Amino acid sequence: MSDSVLFFLIQVLNGVQQGLLLFLLASGLTLIFGIMGIINLAHGSFYMMGAYLAFSLTELTGNLWLAILLGIPASVAVGLVLELLLFARLYRRDHLYQVLLTYGLILIMEELRSLLVGDDVHGVAKPKFLDFSIPLTDTLSYPAYRLMMSGVCLVVALAMALVIRRTRLGMTIRAGAANREMVSVLGIDIGLVYRVVFALGVALAAFAGMIAAPVASVYPGMGNQILIISFVVVVIGGIGSIKGAFLGSLLIGLADTFGQVYAPQISGMTVYMLMAAVLLWRPAGLFGRA
Amino acid sequence: MRRSFLLLGAAALALFPLVGGAFYLQLLGKIMLMAIFAMSLDLLVGFTGLVSLGHAAFFGIGAYALYLLSPEYDAADFWVSAPIAVGAAALAALAIGVLVLRTSGVYFIMATLAFAQMFFYFATGSKLLGGSDGVSINVRPDPTVLGWTPFDLGNRMQFYYAALAAMLATYLLLRMVLRSLFGHAIQGIRASEQRMRALGYPVFRYKLAAFAIAGALAGLAGYLSAAQYGSVNPEFFGWQMSGTVLMMLILGGIGTLYGPILGAFALTLVQELFGELTKHWLLPMGVFIILAVLLLPQGIGGLALAWRKPQPEPVDD
Repeated sequence: MSDSVLFFLIQVLNGVQQGLLLFLLASGLTLIFGIMGIINLAHGSFYMMGAYLAFSLTELTGNLWLAILLGIPASVAVGLVLELLLFARLYRRDHLYQVLLTYGLILIMEELRSLLVGDDVHGVAKPKFLDFSIPLTDTLSYPAYRLMMSGVCLVVALAMALVIRRTRLGMTIRAGAANREMVSVLGIDIGLVYRVVFALGVALAAFAGMIAAPVASVYPGMGNQILIISFVVVVIGGIGSIKGAFLGSLLIGLADTFGQVYAPQISGMTVYMLMAAVLLWRPAGLFGRA
Repeated sequence: MRRSFLLLGAAALALFPLVGGAFYLQLLGKIMLMAIFAMSLDLLVGFTGLVSLGHAAFFGIGAYALYLLSPEYDAADFWVSAPIAVGAAALAALAIGVLVLRTSGVYFIMATLAFAQMFFYFATGSKLLGGSDGVSINVRPDPTVLGWTPFDLGNRMQFYYAALAAMLATYLLLRMVLRSLFGHAIQGIRASEQRMRALGYPVFRYKLAAFAIAGALAGLAGYLSAAQYGSVNPEFFGWQMSGTVLMMLILGGIGTLYGPILGAFALTLVQELFGELTKHWLLPMGVFIILAVLLLPQGIGGLALAWRKPQPEPVDD
């Protein structure tokens, strides 16, 4: 294969990898909205929290895997506490107040990050056995860690699809999204379902931050940019649709990567132009219920 | 009662320069420009029922328009540049409105945010707009007509009065708009879009017009902000800007015209207060916002006024 074709394929891999990572955030965002009716601006902050957890715990333990293993239960705990204290009071409120409260939460998370870890940019070392590149030709290669990221994200996506489609919990989640009152009437504690969904969403976003830390580095405000891109994914895919979030993530990942490579002048804008096109064509997103 | 409060407030602001120092003149000037920005957003959020999280897009357009219209070492003509800046913001609002108004509810929130962010990244990446460092406007726009200079925007006191005049003019203009047939129609849309549609109102066009008016006024606020500090950066487009102005609305009480003004004063003064106390002022600010949402669902203005009508149940869409 010629170098230019290989180069193109590498960009496809990059785009898919970015898209899959995005999916971990967008799926949580779309579930939290679709099921609980909450627009959560602080979702990017959970991604940042994950990245900083990976950084601090790796410093502490010297091992990224151990950091992730400790970080996930910590994130679930944060999710449960936040749901109990704040989000549970938002279910019946207007979107406006959800926007504001979660906006306030972003400010708090950023300042806590600044107080606890500081404002410096940090790198996180890749695990040793993945710290190499797979040579493709004399000049081109692909980093093994990125390949691993894509694989892990795919596994998570599949697991999520299985849970939602095949398990009792998944059935309850789908039922709760369709008709909250009916589910409560049937004797299911819908509050508990919400709590679980929210904590899962937080954990997914944090997990995305943890595995992205070695390639994206860890810096203040890192959650905001990915939050807005995740919004674009949700708008494109259709709110509440996991399938939409998956396709939207891949589309955005590819559009962004190819934008940067082939149209660097407008690279920051490609994803928004894609969004504008989708909004013109299907205002409720590709898989949204109009 | 309300009118006498408003007149009292306006009189106090008009007399303030007699006692206030230079720092406070500048601060109040900034607050009054934010009040214009907040009132313009209230036309959407409070009166039309459109929660926009991307209103900073038009604020930024007004600001960058002044930069683009200013010769490097000379002043732009105020009477040319201001209408162009406001017009550019209105046109952008029309174009974006056509897209985002196809959506509603939470899609609308996300889509407006994303469009504002598009401008943010455009400004950050654009050489013409100075990239992430932003640009400076070396000479303030000059309002001289036929050799007569009615006011000088480079003079702190005169800028203060220009900002006050702009704020009062915005207030009166919006009051006029809201009392017109158009104003009643958009408030009808807020109450029930289906009903207005059933009555034969072209709902989309009314919403688009409201979006364009709000964008134009936000552009005016951005233009004047650029003129006040002489510098513009991508943060003008930033979502912190959109979030802050939305917070002002909520704090002051949505669905009134004095609410945004109250909110602009309250929020900026609270910011100054926290900023004096600690470098990490966003922490108490965040706590303050969350407590305000949980404990004061109707804003400061709502403390005094009975809520006009119960909020409709959020509808899943």
